[in-house]
Amino acid sequence: MAEHAVVAEDEVDLSRRKFLTRATIATGTVGAVFATVPFIESWSPSESARAQGIPATLDLSKIEPGQMTTAVWRRSPIYVVRRTEEMIARIAGHDALLKDPNSENSIQPPYAHNALRSRSSEFLVLVGTCTHLGCLPKQRFGAGELYPSWPGGFFCPCHGSRFDLAGRVFSGSPASTNLVVPPYQYPNEHTLVIGADEKGVA
Amino acid sequence: MGVKTATGAPARLPGADATGRGSLWIWLNKRLPIGEFIESQLIGYYAPKNFNIWYFFGSLALLVLVMQLVTGIFLTMFYKPGELTSFDSVEYIMREVDYGWLIRYLHSTGASAFFIVVYLHMFRALLYGSYRAPRELLWLIGMLVYLALMAEAFMGYVLPWGNMSFWGAQVIVNLFGTIPGIGKPLVEWIRGDYGIADATLNRFFALHVAAIPLALLLFVMLHLVALRQTGSNNPDGIEIKARLGPGGKPLDGIPFHPYYTVKDIVGVGVFLVLFALVVFFKPTLGGLFLEAPNFEPANPISTPEHITPVWYFTPYYALLRAVPDQRMGALLMLLAVVSFFFLPWLDRSPVKSMRYRGWISRTALALFVVAFVALGYLGLQPATGAYVVLARIFAVLYFAFFWLMPFYTLIDPVRPVPERVTYHAH
Amino acid sequence: MRTELAPGARAGRAAAVLAAALTAAALAPGVGAAEEGAGSAESAGKPGADWESWRADNEVSDMASLQRGARNFVSYCLGCHSLKYERWSRLGQDLEIPGRLLQADLLPPGDQPTEYIQTSMPAADAQNWFGKTPPDLALMARARGGDYLYQLFKTYYVDPTRPTGANNLRLPNIAMPHVLSELEGLKRAVFRDVVRHGEGGTEIHEQVFDHFEQIAPGRLGAAEYDGFVRDTVNFLDYVGEPTQTARRALGIWVVLFLLVFSWLAWLVKREYWKDVH
Repeated sequence: MAEHAVVAEDEVDLSRRKFLTRATIATGTVGAVFATVPFIESWSPSESARAQGIPATLDLSKIEPGQMTTAVWRRSPIYVVRRTEEMIARIAGHDALLKDPNSENSIQPPYAHNALRSRSSEFLVLVGTCTHLGCLPKQRFGAGELYPSWPGGFFCPCHGSRFDLAGRVFSGSPASTNLVVPPYQYPNEHTLVIGADEKGVA
Repeated sequence: MGVKTATGAPARLPGADATGRGSLWIWLNKRLPIGEFIESQLIGYYAPKNFNIWYFFGSLALLVLVMQLVTGIFLTMFYKPGELTSFDSVEYIMREVDYGWLIRYLHSTGASAFFIVVYLHMFRALLYGSYRAPRELLWLIGMLVYLALMAEAFMGYVLPWGNMSFWGAQVIVNLFGTIPGIGKPLVEWIRGDYGIADATLNRFFALHVAAIPLALLLFVMLHLVALRQTGSNNPDGIEIKARLGPGGKPLDGIPFHPYYTVKDIVGVGVFLVLFALVVFFKPTLGGLFLEAPNFEPANPISTPEHITPVWYFTPYYALLRAVPDQRMGALLMLLAVVSFFFLPWLDRSPVKSMRYRGWISRTALALFVVAFVALGYLGLQPATGAYVVLARIFAVLYFAFFWLMPFYTLIDPVRPVPERVTYHAH
Repeated sequence: MRTELAPGARAGRAAAVLAAALTAAALAPGVGAAEEGAGSAESAGKPGADWESWRADNEVSDMASLQRGARNFVSYCLGCHSLKYERWSRLGQDLEIPGRLLQADLLPPGDQPTEYIQTSMPAADAQNWFGKTPPDLALMARARGGDYLYQLFKTYYVDPTRPTGANNLRLPNIAMPHVLSELEGLKRAVFRDVVRHGEGGTEIHEQVFDHFEQIAPGRLGAAEYDGFVRDTVNFLDYVGEPTQTARRALGIWVVLFLLVFSWLAWLVKREYWKDVH
């Protein structure tokens, strides 16, 4: 009997040993990575969160001209502003003061990628969270309400971002993109559906 | 610090050897003795070379513990303790959380797997005398792990708030009522209400997810430290430290790493195959791992037809019912668990391993295993007629194993123990 | 709000199957299920004598059967029983029922597809009519088992002493009326008198069920009714654990992977242990 229990013998093929060890470690690693999938996936919005995230419906006839109402869709406030002709007029003329006047770097559906950032000129629909860090901008619709040349729009109390009546951000604000326009549509004249459009449910 | 060592050159650290390990490894080991730990605790730790299949269950118990911790932490992210929310939140996990069903089944199957592995691990100790000197403390700490595990499992069982959870809690908590004098107020204090209620559920939740797991981890760590001190026993029951080679290492020992790490990984693979078969194809295991009445919410005015605990408690439950007296039954149940603690001092045999013991010890152990399994079966059956009679017979066998041990181990015809462990290279 | 729920590739086929099932003039249970026959005892001359050994033998992966079962549930059970953990949208998704069909044929008017499946019957009325609130059925198949439900639906018999006029072998003195009697017809249970000798030589007479006698035909034949029940039980089995098909499908891959891993690990072990003598 050999004195010690462990003896490395000539017949041992070290390259085979090394190869098998590496193959096992590689397989084990792949398995471990796959094993994390269910745990990571479990954090994504559950069926119940998704069920509560279905499109929201709003009766437009209840909004007075010049007024704003707030709907909730997917836990975000959705600002719906019924703009008067006078308010619409105040959207033009300050493009030079804006960071992204043509909304090229901002998020909106194609049908809202226009000067007024809306499907119809009257109603402005915005996700009411500041694109800076998520606070809710306040309505400051009156001309000159913030300072003499203020054309009306939104003002974020947290870090002072300013947006016009089309949700476009002014230069000098910490936010760098315009307020987001969610997908929406009008199934009929008086109804607004937020979160769904011709392309389906968002 | 960024200053070189006194000698100028970086000291050669354990692990930072000539095999081409990078400077990061050296940097790390100057600050945290990883290499030293591996060197001293895994490579430098010599384990007997003759371990057999019974020696897989220690590492498997550790694996299951880790799995239970991980799946348990994730379940707490979705579970809501409370009379009105518990049951619904478990169904929410099962249906609405992505892969929630998998995490829950891993946890519920893991609970049973834990007990299977631990029972086999304990049987190994009985088979080869692993509880004997110098490993008495190792055994006692292991028993503490077992006790903590029972508390952990019981409270976890209550959390889904199914009807059997509720009535299981009712029965077990009422056991404390059998304590003379303080029984009744004690039961009320444990429940925090006049029945098993929201308060009970919430304190069980806190204990299940925080307090007992911490105790479990502490005991498991102590168990490993004690093992490191005495070294493992082996199927021959021979102390390998008694015969050291020229290097001071046991002649019949081999480095734990790589030999037992690669071997234990095979055990892990086989275990996981069996585990996955249950989780994915038979998660309730015919009502043994998850019982049908627990798919009905807790109902304080309707007891399920047959109240049975989960399978891992049924041997004790059968003992409880074997005696027609409430207080005696509870005492017997307690004694059944406590008896294990005395094993190191009850066993007077001159040899440790069953391999070299005589027919008396072997028969005693065999009868004990039969009694334990039979009591486990009887605990699942209604407590009527022949079942009760059988439970009493097996109860006698169960206790005879422990309390007659000082006598039968003395007259047992033992065989001579060889000087070196038996091992045949494959 | 119209929502397309399952516009998957297989939706077309599923839609065809479902449309056929739903638009069938009366209730035509699946052709497949009818082959099972209605129990071996019928041929033995004592119909129903072996009812305790009847098995549901349902197959949760049989999509057509589940769709028929869902339709059966909506037509006959939903009036009183809810499935409070199952959403309509989930049902549509899992059973491959396109949103259009789900809304047109299954969803009660005014209900959102994302809502849980609730009965429209007020609990108070139920309490008055049946003496107890009809239980939610979302977990009934898990709590009692498919065989139990199958036997329950097939062992109703006429019993004038009961307020509902019906009794049941599986659940004696059941509160639920035999809502499927128009489909199954009416059965009479024939009991035989069994004398047992108790302690002290007293004679104990017991009524033991012997067999069923069909006393009025239903709209379905025996085999058709059996298929109807089987589909419904199958559906309740699915609702008990909607993820079970996904569970088994994933399990195959996990087990195969672990087998490969174990084999590799064993090869490594064998290599290293060549050192040990």
